[in-house]
Amino acid sequence: MRAYLKHPFWQAVGLFVAAFLVVEFVIPALPGSAVVPKSVVLQYMATVLVGILIWVSDDEARWTTFKEPLHDVLIQPRLKVVRTVLLAVVTLMVGCLTYSQVKASVAAPPNLRSIHPAPPSQITFRGKTITLVGLENPLRKQGDIAAHIAEGHRIYYQNCVPCHGDHLDGQGHFASGFNPLPANFQDNGTIAQLTESFVFWRIAKGGPGLPREGTPWNSAMPAWEEFLTEDEIWSVVLFLYDQTGWKPRTWEVSAEGSK
Amino acid sequence: MMILQAVADTARTYRDFPVIGSRAAVWITAEIHLMFAAFVLGVPIFAVVAEGIGIFGKDQRYDRLSKEFTRLLLIAYSATAIWGALLVFMLSTLYQPLWAYLTRIFGPSMWLYAALFLFESFTLYLYYYGWDRWKYGRSKIVHWCLGILLNIWGTIVMFIADSWLTYMMTPPRDITPETSPATIKIWHAIMNHTWMPINIHRLIGNVVFGGAIVGAYASYRFLAARTEEERAHYDWMGYVGNFIAMSALIVLPFAGYWLGREIYQYDQSMGITMMGGFMSWLWVIQAFLIAVLFLTGNYYLWVGMGRIPGSERYRPYTKWLLVVLVIGALVWGTPHTMIADSRELAAMGGSHHPLLGALGVMSAKNTAVNLMILATFLSFLLYRRANIRQVVPWAQTGTRIQGAMFVIAAAIVLFFGIRGYFVEAIVRIGYSVYQVGAVLACIIFVTILDVLMARGAQSLGAIQWGKMPPRSQYALFILAVTFTWLMGLMGFARSGIRQHWHIWQVMQDTTPYAATPALGYAAIMISTCVLIFLSLVGFIFWLGGLAEKSTFVPSTVEAPHVGH
Repeated sequence: MRAYLKHPFWQAVGLFVAAFLVVEFVIPALPGSAVVPKSVVLQYMATVLVGILIWVSDDEARWTTFKEPLHDVLIQPRLKVVRTVLLAVVTLMVGCLTYSQVKASVAAPPNLRSIHPAPPSQITFRGKTITLVGLENPLRKQGDIAAHIAEGHRIYYQNCVPCHGDHLDGQGHFASGFNPLPANFQDNGTIAQLTESFVFWRIAKGGPGLPREGTPWNSAMPAWEEFLTEDEIWSVVLFLYDQTGWKPRTWEVSAEGSK
Repeated sequence: MMILQAVADTARTYRDFPVIGSRAAVWITAEIHLMFAAFVLGVPIFAVVAEGIGIFGKDQRYDRLSKEFTRLLLIAYSATAIWGALLVFMLSTLYQPLWAYLTRIFGPSMWLYAALFLFESFTLYLYYYGWDRWKYGRSKIVHWCLGILLNIWGTIVMFIADSWLTYMMTPPRDITPETSPATIKIWHAIMNHTWMPINIHRLIGNVVFGGAIVGAYASYRFLAARTEEERAHYDWMGYVGNFIAMSALIVLPFAGYWLGREIYQYDQSMGITMMGGFMSWLWVIQAFLIAVLFLTGNYYLWVGMGRIPGSERYRPYTKWLLVVLVIGALVWGTPHTMIADSRELAAMGGSHHPLLGALGVMSAKNTAVNLMILATFLSFLLYRRANIRQVVPWAQTGTRIQGAMFVIAAAIVLFFGIRGYFVEAIVRIGYSVYQVGAVLACIIFVTILDVLMARGAQSLGAIQWGKMPPRSQYALFILAVTFTWLMGLMGFARSGIRQHWHIWQVMQDTTPYAATPALGYAAIMISTCVLIFLSLVGFIFWLGGLAEKSTFVPSTVEAPHVGH
C-alpha cells in the first residue's frame, strides 16, 4: 500500500479523484453553498488535470516512473486480464458518455444569458426622455430620505415581494415558477455592482425592455413604468440599497472631470 | 446620363463579398494583417535587444541569433504588406462609406503611414544586408543603431494605425453624427481616449508575441535538429525567446487594465458590454488561455531546470508554485454568471453560485492574477539562481529580505483582494493599483538584490544546453499558438464592443452584417485566422531553413543565463 502511495501514477490518480470529490460533494455541503454546475465542474477538473500532468512530467525521473504502470498494462503479458477489463471499461465509459449527451431530456438547455446587459445611454419613460449616463437617484437630494425609503418599502411589499421575496433574496413564493429566477438583491453580484440608474432602467423596462444582448428574452419581470411613477421606482431603488446594505456603484469620473 | 447618375449614386454604398460575406472577408484580412504586423514589429525589438547583448556582452551567439530572425523578417514584411494592401482594397470596395469617412479625417496620416513603411522597409534591407559588412568596431554600433531606427519607424507606423481604429471605438465626445468629417481636426481625432493605452498595450504585446514566435521557431528547429550542437543552439534560442515573452507577459496585464479603465471612463455602458455583458464570456476564455500561458511558461522553466547542475536544491519548491498557479487559474476562470441547467439554477437560486460566485468578481480575479505573476517571477528567480552559489557575505540576509518582499507583496495583494468585497465598486477599482504596485515593487527590488548578490558567484556547472526532452519544446509551440489565439480573441472583444456602430455613436453600420456575431461564430472565425496565420508562419520558418543553413555557432564557453 505504501508503495502505491509513493508512486507518482497513483498519487496523480488520488489527487484527481480527491479534487473531484471536493468540487462535487464538499463544496455543495458547505454552509450556504449549493450544487456546482456541471459546466464549472468540467472546467475545474480540466484545470486540475493540466496541473497534475505538469507535476508528473516536469521532472524526468518522476515522468518515467509515472509512465511505468501505463506501459506495463499495455504490453505486459501477465496483465492481459487487466488490459482487457480496462479496454472494456473505457469503451463502456465512452458509450455511456455519448448516450448521456444525446439522450432526449425534458430539461431546458443551459444558455449563456447575459445578466447585466449594457444599458442604453437614454430611455423614454412615459414619453419623457431620461438620460441614464451620469444619472443619480434624484430622491437622495430631495425631501426626507427616511420617508422615501418607507415609501419604497410599501411599494416593494405591494408589488415585488411575491417574486423577489421577504429577504430580497429572490426566493419569493412565485420564484420557483420562473426561469430565469428573480434577481437576488442580497447577492454581491447584482445591485451591489450596479449604478442606481441601471436598476431604475431594469425596473422601468423589465423583461420586455431587455436589449438584444439580453437574449434569450424570457424574463417575467414586468415593465413597471406601466404601473409605477418615476418617483415610486426611485424610492424602491432607495429601499433596495437601504435594506441590503449595499452601496450603489458610482459613476467613473472622466479625464475631463465630467461623468 | 441616367447610367452615370446611377453609378454616382451607388459609388458610396456597401458591396458584398461572394460566399463568405463582406464582414468575414474584412475580418480575415484585418486579423491576419494584424498578426503579421505584430510579428514584424515584435521580432525587430527582439532582434535589436539580442544584437545589443551580443555587442556589449561580447557573445557572438546573440549576434547570430539576431541575424537569423532578421532573415525571417524579410519574408514576413512582404506578407504584412500583402495582407495590408488586401485590407485596404476590401475596405475601400466593400465598406466605401466608412472608408470615405476615415480618409476624409485621416488622409494625411495615411500618406505618412505609407512613406514610413517605405523607410522602414529600406532600413530593414540595410540592416540585414549590411550585417556582415558592418560587423566590427564603430560600424557595428552604427549597424545596431539601424536596428533601433527600424524599431522607431515600426512603432510610429503602429501608432498611426492605432489612431484610426481607436477613433472608431472612442471618438472624441464633441463629435456627433452631424459633424462633418471635413471639419474634424486630425490631431483631435488621433488623441482620442484609447489611443495611448492601445499603443502601449500593443507595444508590450508585440514583444511578447515576438518572443513566443522566436520560441516556436527554435522548438521547430530543435525537434528537427540532427546534431547535438544544433540541438544545444536551438534549446538556448528557445530559452531566450521564452524568457523575453514571459518577462513582457508579466507587465502586459497592467497595460490591459489601463486600457479597460479608459474604456469605462469613456463610456460606462461600453465597459459593461465588454466586462459584464455579452462579451463577458470572452474574458472567461481569456482567463483560460492566459492561465495556459502561465502554466506552460513555468512548465518550460521547471523542465529546463533538469539540465542545470545545482537546480536540485530548488526542485522541492516548484510543486508549491504549481499549487499557487493552479488555484490562481481555478479562481481566474470561475465565471460569475454560470452556465447551468434549470435544476442547477434552482439549486443555486439564480445564475450566481452562492459560494463560488464570490470568486467570479474582479477582487478575486485581480488577486489571483497578481499571485500568479508573483509565482512566475519566483520561478524565474529559482531558474536564474539554479547553477550558482552566491559568495557575497550578506547572501543569506539578502535571500531573507527577498523572501520578506515576496511575503509582503502577497499579503498586500491578499489584503486588498479581501477588502475589495466590503467597499463600493469605485473604491474597489482603485485597489487594483495598490495590488499591481506591490507586485511591481517586489519584482524590481528583488531583481536588483539578486543581481547584486550574484556578483562573483561561484558556478556549480555549465547548463547542459540541448539536454531537454521533446515535450518541453511542445510547450513552446503551445505558447506561440495561445498568444496568437489570444490576440484574435481579445481583438474581437475590443472591436466587437462597438456593436452595430462603425464609429461608436457617430456612424452606424447599416449592412446586413451589422449585428454583433454570436460567440460560436466568432470563435470559428478567430480560429480560422489563427490557422491561416500559423500555416503561413510555418511556411516562413521552412523558407528560413531553406534559404540559408542554420546559423548556430558551436560554443566552447559556458553558456550564460540571460541577464547574468
